Order: sequence, then C-alpha cells, then structure tokens
Amino acid sequence: MSDIAISIRGLVTRFGRQVVHDGLDLDVRRGEVLGVVGGSGTGKSVLLRTIVGLNHPAAGRIEVLGQDTSGLGQAEWRRLESRWGVLFQGGALFSSLSVAENVLVPLKEHTHLSRRMKAELAALKIAMVGLPADAGGKLPSQLSGGMKKRAGLARALALDPELLFLDEPTAGLDPIGAAAFDELIRSLQRSLGLTVFLVTHDLDSLSAICDRIAVLVDRRIKVDTMENLLQDAHPWIREYFHGPRGRAARHVRGDGSVP
Amino acid sequence: MEPQPGSVETRVAEGELVIAARGRWTLPALAGLDPRLAAIRPEGARRARFDLSGLAAVDSAGAWLISRTRDRLQKEGVEVRVEGAGPAQQALVEKVLAVGVPPPQEHRGHHYLVEIVAGIGEGLIHALRQTRDLLDFFGAVVIGFFRQFVQPRRLRPISLIAHVEQTGLNAMPIIGLISFLIGVVLAYQGYDQLRAFGGQVFTVNLVGISVLREMGILLTAIIVAGRTGSAFTAQIGTMQVNEEVDALRTLGLDPLDVLVLPRVSALVIALPLLTFYADMAALLGGGVACVLLLDMSVSQFLTQLGHAVSMKHFLVGLSKAPIFALLIAMVGCFEGLRVSGSAESVGRLTTQSVVESLFLVIVFDALFSILFSFLHI
Repeated sequence: MSDIAISIRGLVTRFGRQVVHDGLDLDVRRGEVLGVVGGSGTGKSVLLRTIVGLNHPAAGRIEVLGQDTSGLGQAEWRRLESRWGVLFQGGALFSSLSVAENVLVPLKEHTHLSRRMKAELAALKIAMVGLPADAGGKLPSQLSGGMKKRAGLARALALDPELLFLDEPTAGLDPIGAAAFDELIRSLQRSLGLTVFLVTHDLDSLSAICDRIAVLVDRRIKVDTMENLLQDAHPWIREYFHGPRGRAARHVRGDGSVP
Repeated sequence: MEPQPGSVETRVAEGELVIAARGRWTLPALAGLDPRLAAIRPEGARRARFDLSGLAAVDSAGAWLISRTRDRLQKEGVEVRVEGAGPAQQALVEKVLAVGVPPPQEHRGHHYLVEIVAGIGEGLIHALRQTRDLLDFFGAVVIGFFRQFVQPRRLRPISLIAHVEQTGLNAMPIIGLISFLIGVVLAYQGYDQLRAFGGQVFTVNLVGISVLREMGILLTAIIVAGRTGSAFTAQIGTMQVNEEVDALRTLGLDPLDVLVLPRVSALVIALPLLTFYADMAALLGGGVACVLLLDMSVSQFLTQLGHAVSMKHFLVGLSKAPIFALLIAMVGCFEGLRVSGSAESVGRLTTQSVVESLFLVIVFDALFSILFSFLHI
C-alpha cells in the first residue's frame, strides 16, 4: 500500500469565468494531519468538495487511496466513499433524524449487520466523540453548536474510515470547546490511524494538531511544516503567520522563534 | 489485497481461557465474528486473556467486539486481560475499552392502547393551544393594523405593492385557466341533467349562480391557499431559521409590521380582485360551452344570464373574499413565525399551514351559507 493517501495533479477548478485552482498539486501522506489554510475565497472548501466528488474539476487528476476518482463506476465509487468520512462546517446533521439515527445512516447504507449491532456501534461512536449517552435520542435542533459538530464527527467516523475530511471543525466554538475538539481529533487520529484533511482558519488548531500545513495562495498550494512556513517569504504567508494572531498562537505553544 | 479474514480461536491453558484474535478485525468482518465471540463460555476458567498478537488490523468496530466480550465475561465473574497488540492497535483498543459498551438505548415501552389515548389527548390539547395562539395572533394583527393608521410611518407601501404583485398578478394565469375550465365543466354537467326535463336553458342559471356565489371565490381561495399561504409560511419560516426575524427585532423593527402586515394587507386587496377575475373567467367558460357545444346563441346566453343572476349573487360571493384572504394570510404568517430551528420544521409547518387555511376557508364558507340563508340573501 502506498504511503500517499490523496494525490492531486494539475487540478483546475472554475466557476464560470472565475478560476479557483489553476494547476494545483498536492500529496497527503497516510496517517498525517494536513491543515489547509488560505484567505476567504481561495477555495479551501472547494478543494475539499472536489476531492470527495461534490464538485467536478475542469481538469486534473485526483487519486484517493490509490484510486483515480474520475474513472470510477458507481459501485467502486460507493466502496471508496465508505472509506472516508466528511464533517461539514455546520455539522450537516439530518435535521429530521435523531443523533443516533444520523450515525446509523452510513451503517445502514454500507453494512449488513443486525439492527442491534448497528445500534450498539452507533452508541459507541457517540460515546467516543465525547457526547453524553442521552444525546443519541436528541434531535440536532436540541444540541449546541459544539455538540452538533461532535455528532457530525460521530457520523463521519461511523464506518471507521481511513480518511477524514474536516471543514472548519472549530469555527464557532469557544476556545475551550475548540481545544477539546482539537484534542479529540488528535486522539482519534492517533488511535484509529486516520489521515486527516483539515480545512481551518484556527491558528491554534494548526499549531496544535497538524503535522503539515498546506497554504492556498495564487490558486496553487504550498505544503510545508509550520517551522518552514514561518520562514517563507510569500507576502500572504508572512502576513498570516506573523500577523498579531499568528504570533499569539505560536507564543502560547511556546515555539517558533519570531525573526 | 485482503489478507486472512478475521477469525478467533480459544483454548484453555493453565486454568486460563485464551482468546486468540487473528486476521482483520474490521467492520466487514463484524457480522461473522460476533456469533463466534458470543458462543465463548468461560468453561470453568476464572481468568481469560485476549491475545491480540495475531491481529493484522483492527478498527473501532473490532475493538468494540473485544470490549463487549470482555464486559460479558466479567459479568460472569471472569477476570479478563487484553494484551499482545501492537502500539497503535493497543491505543485504539484501550480507547474503546475505556468508553466501554454503552448501554443500549431504551425504548419507550408503553401499551399501544395507552399510546392511542395519550395521542388523542396530546392532539386535543395541541389543537386547543393552536386555536388560542391563532386568536392571539389575530388580535395582534388587528392592533397592528389600526396602529398603522395612527402612525403611518409604520406603513410599508413598497413591500405591500410587491406582495400584491406576487400574490395577485402572478396568480392570474393559473386562476384564469382553472376557473374557465370549471365553468365549462359546470355547463356540461348541468346541461346533461337539465336536458332530461327539457330545461336546457336553465344551465345558464346553474352556471351563473353557482359560479358567482360559491365556485369563483372557493376555487380562488383554495388556489391562493396552496400557492400563497404556503409561500408565506416558507418565506417567514426560512427567515426564522436564519435568525433573520431575530435580527429584525434587534434592529428595533417589529416583525409584525415588516413581515406580517404587508402580506395580510396585500392578500386582502388581491383576493377580491382575483375573485372577480375568476368569476368572469368561469362565466366565460360557461358561455363558451353553452354557445359552442350546446347550440345556444351568444345573445340567448346573455339574456338568460341577465335574468338568472343579480348583483346580489355577485356581492354574496365577493363579500367572502376579504375574510378568506385574512384567514389564509394570517395562518400562513402565523405558522411561518412558529418555525424553530430546522429545515424540517419549515416543511412540516408549511404543510400544516395549507391544511389549516383550507380547513378554515371551508368552515367559514359553510358558516357564511348558514348566515346568508338566515338573512334570506
């Protein structure tokens, strides 16, 4: 098995006349947490949506878990889909279903287990993301924002995926909740051996849990470790990591020498 | 690609039950492994050991099987150890073991008869509350309406006109078409029956009176309830979900003034106009049917129509229009404001809004019929 989980070559994404990505190359290694950052409108979420097949690229080649996504038949695509989990920004829980039923949706769709086993697995996932046991019977509208994200994560993890896509998981959470969520993702990633593709604006998340950071600039992507990106001369990257917030986040962590 | 599938072997060594896990303990293997594990009995051993050294892969579903079996054996008085896994697998297994097997969700177990009775009671209380809230809302709308006259700056003419256009002008094609066809149908059916008595000419009376008194207004109200009442609920409900209604409140704007009154006023203006238009379209339909299909001349039709109907019939029908408009618009806005939280509730309340406004329209139509017959109109 190769050690590259996602490989993108020459990706071009367009909306009408607006070019979002132009010849973008990216490799995500197996078992790493890759943080994706970039200014608003640089196509972070679009990139995520393109990888999971919700957007069709104008050109380029995307390989996920060793399979070229463009040439897949329906059955192969379904099998591939069951190997990744996606957490959308607002949780995207199905509002008419309870939390437990939400987690059951992928299990019902992709497995042939007995009803009791599915229910127990769903309860396990709900407990693993740190939700109280009674949360399973609640409707999404009865949950707080942080709990919705945890529930969304439980649903994304339902099939024990190899790959986890997270779209701004800590946006809208208080700092304590955000830190707890970071910790949760890190511990799940370690214990489940996940590869995580994390779109975020949260500098604390970046420094706390990401192995490498991908920066979307000039319709391309630049991947490196935090330490090397700090030395980067690109004006946007300098502004991002050396701006007041970037400095503060690194300061708290206690590393990163400010030049 | 797939190495050995998940399997399990047990042996008893030195008074210890050894459960050796082999192969891939992952989600696809779960259904096969579960009965095997469920069949494991302590067989006199007081200690048991999960040997995970033969494990090729494990995910949280596999770890959960281990956790589940451990809990069951421990309940039977057996001491269980889990060991031999690689560091990454050990971390996962330990995490799942720490979570434990969560207690299954208990079902609300009531007798079905109790549930039926409880359901009826709940429904009744809900209906009564709903009626009270709707009356409350009606009061608020009336007060808001009069407040607009005292403080004309609360009026929103542009919004009002836009809503008249949406609810009135844009509804004209569909209402025109349906009314015309109903006119044709009435003429046909009436003609068929009346011919038996040699009273074909009274088809015109039948069409004229039923259209002007009942069919015109009722059809219009039903179409408008489906088309506009539902739109009101969906519009206001979506705004409610997006917290736009709350935003209005914090900006010092009363949602009643901004959202409800323009819609209610617009429909009270538009529905009588639409009713008049529907009446004319239906009479035209009836006329066309009489002339083209039933061999009546145009002048014959018009003369007979003049004899058959009077201003009274027309006004009886038209007088109901503002009341129905008020009912439809009020229910639509009321249900929209009751939306909370989710997209699902927008859908549910939109349906409810249409059903409720249709119900109220028919009930009030019946009340009007009784009233008019008392007054000999």
